[in-house]
Amino acid sequence: MDDISTELQQQVLAARNDRQALNIIGGGSKSFMGRKAIGERLDVSGHSGIVNYQPVELVLTARAGTPLTEIEAALAENNQMLAFEPPRFSGMATIGGTLACNQSGPGRPWAGSVRDHVLGVRLINGLGEHLKFGGQVMKNVAGYDVSRLQAGAMGSLGVITEISLKVLPKPAASRTVVWDMGARDAIGFMNQLAARPKPLSAACWLQGRLYVRLSGALSAVEATVKEWKTAELAQNKADEFWLQLGQQELAFFDKDSSKDNAGMPLWRFSVNSAANIPSLDEHSIIDWGGSQRWFRGEQDKLHMESLAVSAGGQVSLYSGGDRSAEVMHSTPEALQVIQKRIKASFDPDGIFNPGRLYNWM
Amino acid sequence: MSTTNKLSKDELCQLFRGFIAPQNVIADEETLKPYECDGLSMYCEMPLIVVLPETVSQVQDVLRICHSHAIPVVARGAGTGLCAGAMPNAEGVVLSLAKFINILEINPQTRTARLQPGVRNLAISEAAAEYGLYYGPDPSSQIACTIGGNVAENSGGVHCLKYGLTVHNVLSVDMLTVEGEKVTLGSDGLDSCGLDLLALINGSEGLLGVITEIQVKLLPIPEKARVVMAGFDNVQQAGDSVGGIIASGIIPAGLEMMDSYAISAAEDFAKAGYPKEAKALLLCEVDGTSEEVQEHIEQVEKLFNSFGATSIRTSQTEAERALLWKGRKSAFPAVGRISPDYYCMDGTIPRGQLAHVLSEMQRLSEYYQLRVANVFHAGDGNLHPLILFDANIPGEFEKTEEFGGKILELCVAVGGCITGEHGVGIEKIRQMSVQFTELELLQFNAIKDAFDPLGTLNPGKGVPTLRRCQEYRSIEPKEINTNKEGAAHG
Ligand SMILES: Cc1cc2nc3c(=O)[nH]c(=O)nc-3n(C[C@H](O)[C@H](O)[C@H](O)COP(=O)(O)OP(=O)(O)OC[C@H]3O[C@@H](n4cnc5c(N)ncnc54)[C@H](O)[C@@H]3O)c2cc1C
Repeated sequence: MDDISTELQQQVLAARNDRQALNIIGGGSKSFMGRKAIGERLDVSGHSGIVNYQPVELVLTARAGTPLTEIEAALAENNQMLAFEPPRFSGMATIGGTLACNQSGPGRPWAGSVRDHVLGVRLINGLGEHLKFGGQVMKNVAGYDVSRLQAGAMGSLGVITEISLKVLPKPAASRTVVWDMGARDAIGFMNQLAARPKPLSAACWLQGRLYVRLSGALSAVEATVKEWKTAELAQNKADEFWLQLGQQELAFFDKDSSKDNAGMPLWRFSVNSAANIPSLDEHSIIDWGGSQRWFRGEQDKLHMESLAVSAGGQVSLYSGGDRSAEVMHSTPEALQVIQKRIKASFDPDGIFNPGRLYNWM
Repeated sequence: MSTTNKLSKDELCQLFRGFIAPQNVIADEETLKPYECDGLSMYCEMPLIVVLPETVSQVQDVLRICHSHAIPVVARGAGTGLCAGAMPNAEGVVLSLAKFINILEINPQTRTARLQPGVRNLAISEAAAEYGLYYGPDPSSQIACTIGGNVAENSGGVHCLKYGLTVHNVLSVDMLTVEGEKVTLGSDGLDSCGLDLLALINGSEGLLGVITEIQVKLLPIPEKARVVMAGFDNVQQAGDSVGGIIASGIIPAGLEMMDSYAISAAEDFAKAGYPKEAKALLLCEVDGTSEEVQEHIEQVEKLFNSFGATSIRTSQTEAERALLWKGRKSAFPAVGRISPDYYCMDGTIPRGQLAHVLSEMQRLSEYYQLRVANVFHAGDGNLHPLILFDANIPGEFEKTEEFGGKILELCVAVGGCITGEHGVGIEKIRQMSVQFTELELLQFNAIKDAFDPLGTLNPGKGVPTLRRCQEYRSIEPKEINTNKEGAAHG
């Protein structure tokens, strides 16, 4: 519950002075992501606490080191939630790390991502300046959208110290129906369902079964379940499934279990929702109504990239594998130039998380 | 690379006519005239030349030529902007995207549309309707404004409370850099690796690049939509009931408020059956499945009653729903009828501050002796005060501008901001330093430099230009120490 932004600022200034690289750490729950972290630890977790929460405004502001569990507990008291369902990683994940890694759960295609819900940030740039962008209101188009730019930047632009987020009411009801079918059929079917005006809130296929969650007004959810005439999952089973999927705790995500591919590199595809990737689909988790796919296996990165490109999107090596090589999808030269310049505009000496996102940045 | 020799207007025209149809290179005063302003006609400037290229490669060539001669370029969609964002530069070229009106693809399976930048906002929903789909963001100018302009302004609309702003509904864009190089930001997927340049481009007001293609998400048309209209005796109660609805867990598709001035102007204009004696009017639309709408309508009516509504009316038919909205959607022209001129502001505030802000505004209105009508995207705190004035009275516009500036300062003082959807352009450039510190503005400048080092894309708009010692801004980082892995910092 402390404001240590002055200390953080001092540390950044000292590092700049010493030309010392910094490795920004929130809860450290996502240190497996991105490339190998280098540099001196800059621990943000002490900069913690909810600063402002007005349920009626649907806005919450918290210091970046605040654990997600603390935020979600405060929201739950008012029957509200983070609609992007971020993974909590055993309670260690912080709101700063969640934004920096742009982590969202199963509801993302319908409810939006953390990037979509961020309204404003405060951050310390590489010159040690503590700056504020965006705001605590739903709409703000003054200046460039520096807040959303932090989503997925993995701390390469600065130390996020405070985040304002849009929060939403919890849906009144939530039910889950399932169909047993193969991956190819499921991809087509998920897209058909999503084109209907029904209260879909998640759709995921794995191991021969399509899971579809409906959330919203009780009457709407019940009528849709009835209309679709398929098996319904018991509430406790359903809750457990979506929780484990969102928290990346399904057996599929196990890092060291002895099963099949477990422990092997984990690839994350962000692709066209209707695309087929025939060589991988049957062995993947196909989440986000088809837009996000997880696959485990020793594979050549360039081969995976070519599959992702044919599927209209990108792939990253989410965890495992060689973390000193590039783990993100390759970037065209022109975009590398722009990204390097943006990085330099925030962090001219390159002290924040050097090489965490890309070798060249 | 940039050269210093200045081209004459004629030489530049000749260059452009080498690859653009001659009638699409405009240089005579009379034909240039309609381009001198956007929707904020108080700010005018005649451009040097207007070009209307027809292919992306022509746009690239225009950019290359302008870049190599350091000539300002102002991109232009339909010119409906309300912040003088598309106002020309006297020494520059207006790059109109008006010829790019093709819908390249509507994909019903993935629920996406690929569009050229000059496609009108409403045309997207019209084309998608046969598949039971529509495009969410619906600015009131949607008959005319373009999707390119929408991305550049991150435009909103009545339905953005539930369905998001432009930035939430764009999957990817093709953008030309100031050098004319084409880059794709985003993909068919919902996110991409690396820095989120797509987020930066939304709302960048033509300062970072020229958008030449846009892929948007489409949504299924709801089974049902109904609107509840409620009149109130005072603004406080109306404001409280907005909070009440949100707190009850309903996210309405639209939640709009009007004050007594706006109510009576709109009613005289649209004859929608608004209660003219009311001090505040709320329009609350709920959509979804038939069951859901029924359930929520009942809750909303009950809530309005409990917050002291003096009249409540719920649409029973589609025609009645359209009529109830007609008054709100024509509020600007309606106010235009009761005053020679009006000036539309665009601040946002935390909703809880509404009553305070309105009473402060009333005080300012008396001080400046200028009437003000308010329409309000109440659900997301976006105020549109319309200041009524007469431009023919000497000094009255200056007074209006000053009043407008005070309103924006008031919005910032209560924790809001100077623009929710119309953008900064030239109009609000002075208020940028009310909302942001000098260091924050310098950071914005540095981002602009990253895309456009010469500053030729839409110069003078969006962010006031300040200069910091360039020593800080070298691109290649100096040698730094990356050791001490894992060592705790003291
Ligand atoms: C009656 C009325 C009602 C309105 N209601 C709303 C509303 O409800 N919500 C709302 O958000 N806005 C509203 N507006 C404002 C305006 O319609 C929007 O800002 C709209 O998005 C502008 O689109 P345009 O095509 O007219 O762009 P223009 O006015 O031509 O340009 C706007 C800005 O975008 C840039 N630009 C345009 N095209 C491109 C491109 N292809 N590449 C790069 N930059 C480009 C321009 O340089 C300029 O800075 C309203 C305006 C009017 C007149």
